[in-house]
Amino acid sequence: MYDVIIVGAGPAGLSAALYTSRANVKTLVIGKDGGALERVEKIENYFGVAAPISGCELLEQSRSQVQSFGAEIVEDEVLGISWTGTFRVTGIKGEYQGRTVILATGASRAKAKLFGLTEHEGKGVSYCAVCDAFFYRGKTVAVLGHGEYAAHELAQLLPVVGQAVLCTNGKEPEIDVPEGVSVETAGISAVTGDEVVEAIEFADGRQISVSGVFVALGSAGAVELARKVGAQVEGNKIVTDEKMATNVPGLYAAGDCVGGLLQISTAVGEGAQAAMSAIAFTRRNRA
Amino acid sequence: MAVVEITKNNFEAEVLKSQIPVLVDFWAVWCGPCMMQGPVVDALAEEVSTVKFAKVNVDEEMELAQQFRVMNIPTLLVFEGGKVTKTQIGFADKEHLKSLLGV
Repeated sequence: MYDVIIVGAGPAGLSAALYTSRANVKTLVIGKDGGALERVEKIENYFGVAAPISGCELLEQSRSQVQSFGAEIVEDEVLGISWTGTFRVTGIKGEYQGRTVILATGASRAKAKLFGLTEHEGKGVSYCAVCDAFFYRGKTVAVLGHGEYAAHELAQLLPVVGQAVLCTNGKEPEIDVPEGVSVETAGISAVTGDEVVEAIEFADGRQISVSGVFVALGSAGAVELARKVGAQVEGNKIVTDEKMATNVPGLYAAGDCVGGLLQISTAVGEGAQAAMSAIAFTRRNRA
Repeated sequence: MAVVEITKNNFEAEVLKSQIPVLVDFWAVWCGPCMMQGPVVDALAEEVSTVKFAKVNVDEEMELAQQFRVMNIPTLLVFEGGKVTKTQIGFADKEHLKSLLGV
């Protein structure tokens, strides 16, 4: 059992890990990569760092710094989080248990905007298979995605639904598609239906009838993970108070996933604040 | 006021024929976000007396969920005069629910 599991290894997550590990709080950082910062070539506006530095260099230094204080860093992609007093974080490589979780996976800057998706939210479009599979007993559903996150959502749906179709929106599936699941690789043009979802239309003009659409494009971002655990989300942001606490006890969020100024400096500051809150929570509940 | 457990047997009397607005929380035990929503509804029920608060366990009352096309949980429906007037899908905190209910 970790005291703090930090999901995301960018500036917000690593900054949080710096504070928690120095406070002797057992810390695990789970990161897929360094996120948006990894792609920044030159940083010239970060406090105290006069010589231009690349995002990769800054991340590498931060990782070493965090590890020197005893935090563990694992490279894994998180697929789901559940809460029953403590947190269970499911990754591709394993499961991790934590007293608190800090979500710091950044913001998805280029999520596919599919016609009809937002309009049908709550009317057949779902972002949480574990919550909503129940309503599609014996029905045909589509899972939008092509990677491990889509596979995870499929695994939740298959025991319940009648038929599942993996719609990859133009990508090749990166997973072993479970038996009985059909695959549509054509680009998606729209999710349609008068009141509730009725069909998916493809760019090549075909359409398939479905009762539900489960969105699992790319990897699960902070907002998707927050939804699954019951944290309040507004648009593409997680709602936190000034201490970076969400409405779920022990769940915090920091960095681009809470919105505001998308800068390293704000991510680092929010990471530090989330860490302080997680440390206080851990100490209150560990004894 | 205590939160009323709704079944198809008392739905008409408690919700459709209610003299005051009713907020109905559709939930299930296996839904993490619903377990967060429940206590918020309970707390609001203690505080607000002009609205009736009710819960439908979708595991036990699938027909009611289907009737109102509930496809995600938690879903909160507000009934006024026997009709659904407002819908909230996904977790909502106390302040959000208060503004939904206009209280």
